[in-house]
Formats: sequence, C-alpha cells, structure tokens
Amino acid sequence: MHIPDGFIDAPVAIAAGAVAIGAVALSLRGARRELTETSAPMAGLTAVFIFAAQMVNFPVAAGTSGHLIGAALAAILIGPYAGVLAMTVVLSVQALVFADGGLTALGLNVVNLAVLATVAAWWVFRGVFRLTRGRLVVAAAAAGFVSVLAAAGGFVVEFLLGGTVPLAGDTVAAAMFGVHAFIGIGEAAITALVVAAVAGVRPDLVYALRRLRSSDPAVSPAAAEKVTA
Amino acid sequence: MEGLYLAGDSRIHRLPAQVKVVAALFFVLVVVTTPRERVLAFAGYAVLVAAVAALAAIPPLRMLRRMMIEVPFVVFAVLLPVFGLGERVTVLGGVSLSVEGLWAAWNILAKATLGVAVAVILGATTRPQDVVGGLARLRLPALLVQITGFMVRYVDVVVDEATRMRTAMAARGFTARHLNAWPAVARSLGTLFVRTYERGERVHVAMLSRGYDGSAKAWSLGTSPAGPTVWATGLALPAAALAVAGAAWWSTW
Repeated sequence: MHIPDGFIDAPVAIAAGAVAIGAVALSLRGARRELTETSAPMAGLTAVFIFAAQMVNFPVAAGTSGHLIGAALAAILIGPYAGVLAMTVVLSVQALVFADGGLTALGLNVVNLAVLATVAAWWVFRGVFRLTRGRLVVAAAAAGFVSVLAAAGGFVVEFLLGGTVPLAGDTVAAAMFGVHAFIGIGEAAITALVVAAVAGVRPDLVYALRRLRSSDPAVSPAAAEKVTA
Repeated sequence: MEGLYLAGDSRIHRLPAQVKVVAALFFVLVVVTTPRERVLAFAGYAVLVAAVAALAAIPPLRMLRRMMIEVPFVVFAVLLPVFGLGERVTVLGGVSLSVEGLWAAWNILAKATLGVAVAVILGATTRPQDVVGGLARLRLPALLVQITGFMVRYVDVVVDEATRMRTAMAARGFTARHLNAWPAVARSLGTLFVRTYERGERVHVAMLSRGYDGSAKAWSLGTSPAGPTVWATGLALPAAALAVAGAAWWSTW
C-alpha cells in the first residue's frame, strides 16, 4: 500500500523526495557497472516482472490474501543498484499511470519501498549468504523478511518526523512492526521460493550468484552446485 | 499498457504529457502545503479539479470508481477521530471523538482525495507511452527513461503470459486456497521471471540490430514538444490553485 498525498507533512515529503533523488542518482552510477552484461532493458523487464508479481495474490487464510513487494527479489536477481532503479520505476508508473500513491508522496514511497527495502535486502542477503557458505534459499528468505521491516521502519521514521495524525508514535511503531513481521514472513517465503526456482533453471540470471560466487572464495563450488542441482 | 487511459480528444488530452505531469505535481504540492484549517481553500481546489475533469470529459462515475484506490486510507481516516489522542468532543448524543483526530481525518481525506483525483485525470488523459515520452522530454536520465519505457511497453505481454500460466494451472486442477499452494505459485513466478528475462534479451538484441542506441530520444519520438504558450496553458491549473491558496490566506477562513 502506497502513502497518499497529505499523509506525511510537506517538509518531510519534500526532504524524502531529495533523499530519493540522491539515492536514484547513486544507483544510476552503480547500475552502469551491474548492467554492463545485461543492459537496461533487463532492468525494465524486471520492473515489469515485479509489477506483474505484485498482482499475483497469495492465499493467506480463509478469504484473505497478500502480495509481494519484490524489493528483495529485485536486489537478488539484478543487483542492488539496478534493483533500486527497477523498484523506483515501478512506483513511479503506479503513481503516474495508475494513481496509486500520491505524486508528492512519491519520494516517501521510493525511499521506503525502493531504497531502504532493496538496500537492506542486499546487505542481509550478502551477509547471510557468506555466513551460511552459500545457502541461497536461507539468504533469500532473510533478505525478504528484512526488506519488509526496513520499509516499515522507513515509514515509522517518516511518521514520527512528519505524521499529520494524532496517534502516539510508539503505538504506530508497534502496530507497523507487528503487522509487517507477519507480512515479512510471507515475503521471505515467496522470495526464497522464487529465487530457488530461477536458480534451478537459469542460475546465470541471478545477479547475486554471479557476483558473490566470483568474488568470494568463501563460497565453495560444492555449495554452488547444491543450489543449481 | 492502458492504465487508466480513456481515449478522447479534449484539450486536456491534447496537452503534452510533460506539461501535465509537471502541472499535476505542482498542483498537488500547493494542496499538501495548504494548512488544513483553510477549509475554504480545499473547496476551491475541488472546484478546480472538477472543472479540469469536466474539460477532459471524464464521466463522473468513472472518475469516482477509479478513485476507489484510496479507500484503505479513507477507512483509516474515519477511524482516527475514534482512536485519536487529546481533547475530545461529544457528538450525536454520546459518541466521544478526538478533536485533533477529526482535523487529521479531514486533512488526510481532503489532501489524499484531491491528489488521487488529479492523478486519475492525468492517467485518464495521457497514454502511458506518452508519459514515458514526457519524462524523456523533462530530461529524466536516459537509463531511467529506458527502464520506464520497457516497463510500459511490456507490461501487457508479461501480464498476459502470467494469465496464460494461471489458466494452464487451473486446467490441470490447481486451486490456490491454502498455504501449501505457495511453492506452486512461487515456481510459476520463477518461470515467469525467466521467460520475461529471456524475452527481454531477444527484444533487446532485435532492437540493437535495428539501430537502437539506448538514448532517451528514442522514447520521445511521436510526442510533441511544448512551447511557452502550451506550458502557460498547462500551468494555469497550479497557478489557479496558488491564487485560491492566497485568497484563503487573506480571508478569515
């Protein structure tokens, strides 16, 4: 769910817009390196995939369902920089073409769902991947879980700084983290399952495997084979 | 991709996308920076939005249906006066509501509704590929324009692919009712990613062979540039909003 206009006050929304622009500029520089072999259309098609994946509902319990955010998936599949760009484009198209998420709140939504979620997912993925000596599924699940909490954390900070709503900050924080811990479990499961499915067919498409296996001797070839098997 | 687009030939439809995007953004900026106590100003903004929607010939019912996307926040706003903190008033014989909560609910409802309405008008009068062209003309970095362009161009293809996969799964007797459906749904998403990516590779190679160089210019082909008069026409909306804000500021309301 995207933040609408007026939910967070204007100074904080504009500041978030500035942070988002800075983060996107950094990602544009970084993405040139990530995208050398795959190039920009791939990031565009990944944005399409994330958008389509968000439309697939997962049954939770009688009648209710949830959907994916996709930031962790983007970070693992095409890298953190290109992932930030793909998520930013998904959010921008949702705001500009589908009226989903406020135009002046785009900066807030990009900071939470594109920047914080993707970057946190990548750091956690890399850390867990190394710690577990290349357990792709475990690392992807951890990244999915943390990405949701990072986005929720971003919202809580924005709310404390510029919330226009008379609710106690600690109540909001508790509610946000409580609900999103649940959502995070779903995101973790789906992210891990999808990454495993892709790695099973085309491991060469998974950016995280290309990058972490070639640069990190700690990841044994045996573990790598186990994932692709 | 169609998005919210409603084919038409109104003056709003004909405005270049870059002008509409900037005008919508400025208008919403004026709205969200207006203090919530200036109730009359929001009425003025609503009149402006309604006038633009009428100019764009968007049927009111259709407009309302598309604005339903903000419903979750409306529910949240309605609950605010009940759970809000601070001073309370009693209305309707016994219901105690938070004064601050009522103001906050009004603030969110007014600003979010105006924001959604403007975005719906933008989406209804601008084809998604023209939004990409407009962003290119606004000098968005080429890489972002490319990503946006590919997304807009291939959303339908990929969503259709996903629909076919779902149909095929249903034909094999699959129903997603329980948690144990997750692995199957996730595997189909994995397959969708691989197919999407491989399609992207093919398309990209085909485009390169026809001379595509990845510049933003390729995406603004077929869209019109905007001269000063056109910009002035488009920016009349945020300018009128500023005038409304100014008037509300000086009045006691």
